[in-house]
Amino acid sequence: MATVLERVTKVVVDRLGVDESEVKVEASFREDLGADSLDVVELVMELEDEFDMEISDEDAEKIATVGDAISYIEGKVS
Amino acid sequence: MGKLNGKTAVVTGASRGIGRAIALQLAAEGANVVVNFSGSEQKASEVVQEIQNIGSQAIAVQANISDSESVQQLMNAAIEQFGAIDVLVNNAGITRDNLLMRMKEDEWDEVINTNLKGVFLCTKAVTRQMMKQRAGRIINISSIVGVMGNAGQANYVAAKAGVIGLTKTTARELASRNILVNAIAPGFISTEMTDTLPEDVRSSMLTQIPLAKLGNPEDVAKAVVFLASDDASYMTGQTLHIDGGMYM
Repeated sequence: MATVLERVTKVVVDRLGVDESEVKVEASFREDLGADSLDVVELVMELEDEFDMEISDEDAEKIATVGDAISYIEGKVS
Repeated sequence: MGKLNGKTAVVTGASRGIGRAIALQLAAEGANVVVNFSGSEQKASEVVQEIQNIGSQAIAVQANISDSESVQQLMNAAIEQFGAIDVLVNNAGITRDNLLMRMKEDEWDEVINTNLKGVFLCTKAVTRQMMKQRAGRIINISSIVGVMGNAGQANYVAAKAGVIGLTKTTARELASRNILVNAIAPGFISTEMTDTLPEDVRSSMLTQIPLAKLGNPEDVAKAVVFLASDDASYMTGQTLHIDGGMYM
């Protein structure tokens, strides 16, 4: 079973077309990974599908880095 | 069969008037149609029946488009039935005409909520699906009065002008995802509403129209088919004026 980090990394690599090595916990989607605001919205949509959860707009706005996404998801699934 | 074979279209306010003609025309081009209605269930089922008679698929779905939950249920029903939403036609609209000085706050609110907020809510609700599909067409029915103004319709005109602005912004936001958003501004179209106008009002209206006649709902519906089809794949953020030359 892949870890949350591995699954998030895969979604980010697929969606943003970045190299796996760039997807670090502290990496910001917009500043470090070249995402525009619509990319981030789509990324959140894909994370919702991947982890079968609903992420509210309010929560989605707080997800700026890979680490934010991971801790949000871990907080929800555990 | 047609230009829209296998596509799925959601048409709001499709039980009567222009919406009905749009639903039928899309179906005639091979589209599956979700016929939204708010009150006229009987009329909506007649439209569904007519569509089935010409060999396309359709369902009627009741929804109040000024309510986000109701809108979500409408779009869910469409996806459940047909698996996609390729085309959204924001057509539903109401009038509560009054002079500005006499217009009540609730007359303003009702019209803005249905005719403008409704477009926002329906657009927002299909965007997720269309982004996933990497394709979609959104066609908003505005009005000539949204461009020219019209005494006695401050609420309606504000909403219809708002729809044009919303069309341009949505077009810009979603262009990179291949979701094209355009508006149509019909002029005087022969519907139940214009059929009841007194003869003198009708004839004075006609003097302002270069083509000197009212349009038919089908004239608008054919423009919708164009905007929904591959023929319009290089246009977004535009407003098509289907008005016999009244505004130019």
